[in-house]
Amino acid sequence: MTYLAKPPLHHPTLEKNRVGYTRRDYEGKISTLCAGCGHDSISAAIVQACWELDIEPHRVAKLSGIGCSSKTPDYFLGASHGFNTVHGRMPSVLTGANLANRDLLYLGVSGDGDSASIGLGQFAHAMRRGVRMAYIVENNGVYGLTKGQFSATADQGSRSKKGVVNSDSPVDLVGMALQLGATYVARGFSGNKGQLVPLIKGALQHGGAAFIDVISPCVAFNNHPGSTKSYDYVREHNEAVSRIDFISPGAEITAEAGPGEVVDVRQHDDTLLRLRSLHAGYDPTDRHKAMACMQEYQARGEIATGLLYVDPLATDLHLALNTSALPLNALGEGELCPGIAALDKLNAALR
Amino acid sequence: MKPIEAVNDFVVKFANVNGSGSASANELFAKAILRMGVPVSPRNIFPSNIQGLPTWYEVRVSEAGWLGRRGGIDMMVAMNPQTWDTDVAELEPGGYLFYDSTRPLPPSKFRPDIQVIGMPLTEICNAVYSDPRQRQLFKNIVYVGALSVLLEIEPQVIEKLFGEQYRGKEKLLASNVQALHLGRDFAHEHLKGPLGIRVRRADQVGDRIFIDGNSAAALGCVYGGATVAAWYPITPSSSVAEAFQKYCSRYRIDPATGQNRFAIVQAEDEIASIGMVVGAGWNGARAFTATSGPGVSLMTEFIGLAYFAEIPVTIINVQRGGPSTGMPTRTQQADLLSCAYASHGDTRHVLLFPEDPHECFEHAAAALDLADRLQTPVFVMTDLDIGMNQRLCRPFAWEEGRAYDRGKVMTAQELEAGKDFGRYKDVDGDGIPWRTLPGTHPTRGSYFTRGTTRDPYARYSERGPDYIYNVERLLRKFRTAATLVPQPLLRIASQPTRLGVLYFGSTSPAMAEALGALEEEGVHLDAMRLRAFPFPDSVAQFIAAHDKVFVVEQNRDAQMRSLLVNELEVDPARLVKVLHFDGTPITARFITAAILRQVEAMAPRARPRPAAQELLK
Repeated sequence: MTYLAKPPLHHPTLEKNRVGYTRRDYEGKISTLCAGCGHDSISAAIVQACWELDIEPHRVAKLSGIGCSSKTPDYFLGASHGFNTVHGRMPSVLTGANLANRDLLYLGVSGDGDSASIGLGQFAHAMRRGVRMAYIVENNGVYGLTKGQFSATADQGSRSKKGVVNSDSPVDLVGMALQLGATYVARGFSGNKGQLVPLIKGALQHGGAAFIDVISPCVAFNNHPGSTKSYDYVREHNEAVSRIDFISPGAEITAEAGPGEVVDVRQHDDTLLRLRSLHAGYDPTDRHKAMACMQEYQARGEIATGLLYVDPLATDLHLALNTSALPLNALGEGELCPGIAALDKLNAALR
Repeated sequence: MKPIEAVNDFVVKFANVNGSGSASANELFAKAILRMGVPVSPRNIFPSNIQGLPTWYEVRVSEAGWLGRRGGIDMMVAMNPQTWDTDVAELEPGGYLFYDSTRPLPPSKFRPDIQVIGMPLTEICNAVYSDPRQRQLFKNIVYVGALSVLLEIEPQVIEKLFGEQYRGKEKLLASNVQALHLGRDFAHEHLKGPLGIRVRRADQVGDRIFIDGNSAAALGCVYGGATVAAWYPITPSSSVAEAFQKYCSRYRIDPATGQNRFAIVQAEDEIASIGMVVGAGWNGARAFTATSGPGVSLMTEFIGLAYFAEIPVTIINVQRGGPSTGMPTRTQQADLLSCAYASHGDTRHVLLFPEDPHECFEHAAAALDLADRLQTPVFVMTDLDIGMNQRLCRPFAWEEGRAYDRGKVMTAQELEAGKDFGRYKDVDGDGIPWRTLPGTHPTRGSYFTRGTTRDPYARYSERGPDYIYNVERLLRKFRTAATLVPQPLLRIASQPTRLGVLYFGSTSPAMAEALGALEEEGVHLDAMRLRAFPFPDSVAQFIAAHDKVFVVEQNRDAQMRSLLVNELEVDPARLVKVLHFDGTPITARFITAAILRQVEAMAPRARPRPAAQELLK
């Protein structure tokens, strides 16, 4: 977290998107994370995704918990309101914000300590509640800000920088999200921006609870031999189940020739997720098969990445609660206060 | 012993077993008297379980209008063998004991100074009903029928109440009326009535309403414009959220679309519920949660965040007996300190103290305004006694055209016009900064909210001067709060005095009665009812104007007194503790006796001198 703003001067020829913004307009303050931190790559992917989606930056509300990952919303979308809440409890704050104004896009950024330990409960309930948001966990398996303790996503048997072997089994947030009812579940790798940007774009446009677990190596405390969240380890064990393209309405739809089957998934808002399944028979719209598949990869010691599951017709908490289309925070006395006549009637009934 | 003789001025207590279905019958008894124009004040004293443990329902009948507990019982309806001895012991000399005589008891089980009225309720019900549940349930209605004869309660009034309760359910209506008359017929034939205590039609209720504080607080939230409620079930506050749901379903459905102009979420725990309220408040919706002591404990970290990040939050704390799980179904005023200073670091929060359901309504609506105006957490400090018991109170009122105070929210137009926006700048000198809501303007007014310290423009800062600016401004804001909260109410004694009393919340009705009783004993007290924390200047002036000030409260550690000492820096020796903390609502007799004892001990130094009235003018 920093107060250092980037220089406001932009090159006049920078490319603008359809709403008139350059990529620079989606940036935030200067990052104070370590050079090479995976989280900065994720921030860059968020900037790229929002720019490509023609999202007006101020229409995004970005919320986070506490930790290295949770500092990052200060480093992108500088024109958005951000909220760095308390450790592990971003999901409830985001839920309340979302209830207050359904017209904004909600981006929740969290870490593995934040979401898999102290915040496991809130993570679980936000998923099952179907809060419309893109929930990104920047997962490095370690507590960076407190200098190197294992987090709950650290693999059993992996080593800390100090050589300690982790004896606990890991929390698999992707498996939990699938189990709990998230309607968009993906895993990415901060070192693979080409895969990550469309995953984020799909999540931002998704109609329900979208979750992306991004393996994001911690260069200071978890990028050594023996770590299963290091750049080298993830690159060696990464198995992409699909390659995803995100196609907004009106964009030209083409299909490259490539390996595997091509599946087009049309979402509620007419966006198209084009999935090139890299493995025969992988169906990203079948929750049960996706869960079984993830477990098989895990048993083989591989890290499956890509869009693992999507329900293209997902609905959200507002539909379940039948809330007003006009945001609740925009309703005035006329719509909210039942008035004196109703109160008089009520008084009479209480005698 | 001469039987007690009293018309429209007595206390009846029902001793039952939880789960026996007595609650609605006992409430019927109270409401019937109320409908005869005689003020009643019932209190449900119940265990923290569903079935099997003892429960009591105490009804004070008072034509004079006293709504606090008096102390002592004039008639015990003893339906629970488990509590027989203590129930019998609680009767006033000359009082009446009504019991189920299906199994007659030996004389040793009674007292010689009371009147015993036996009625074979079980036998009667077993003869008439075959279904075991009916036998149990109607036993309660049968005794109400018998009592209506003994106390001269008009049966037509009870039948009318049945008619209201069972509208559209004719079968239930008929069977209840039948049970009522079963009891009345037996009483006419076998019991000697009317008793020395009885009810006579009067006209002392006026336009007052009869409602519990939790429902009233929920209605206050509806009228006050709350749109987001997030909660987690906890006794005794759960019915706040449930009533909010009920009132919203009645008043807040968009007639054109059928959509809800509210969102209610039963969260996974208290932490999530306050988190949702924080999120909604940050995003410009009026939001509240309702909880009790243990819930506040869990919410504390978020409350600190809301204080420091300056986010409107309303918390209705229906207090119960603590600490820890304490007595979940008993009342106390014991969360004052934990709420006033909730969170680590230097924090202070606004507390409101409603005295009855009327003020629960008013204070809930006011809390939403104050939270927005002050951008801070505001607690409505009610308790089980007000929250879960129906109380006679002034009707709800709402000012025509009352506008919500949304506080200092900078609009897109103001930002566009170039108005300088610094999220944590004290522009107006009242300590309250301006805020913007997410999504307001494409290029201006956005900021990053965080629990870490910052400069006036919301930029992260660990500089000492920035921190000091921040926390001193928060103190300034707290001083502003003292001018905005409901002000204390002063009642001057009939004679000049150097003695005063401070009280608040649910202690109020018993206190009002005790003041009269003390006057009769020659003890004159100027009285001030506190309605909020921070304390307005008038509280310090009141204390300064008296030699000794009693502080009446329902907790062990004199928490209000501690707040007064801490905040106003008064000499603790001048604030005299009057404490009641057994979990039952405080009685007028208790207050009177405690103050009399203390006055006798401090005489003659505290003899009345005329100066106090002059100082208070």
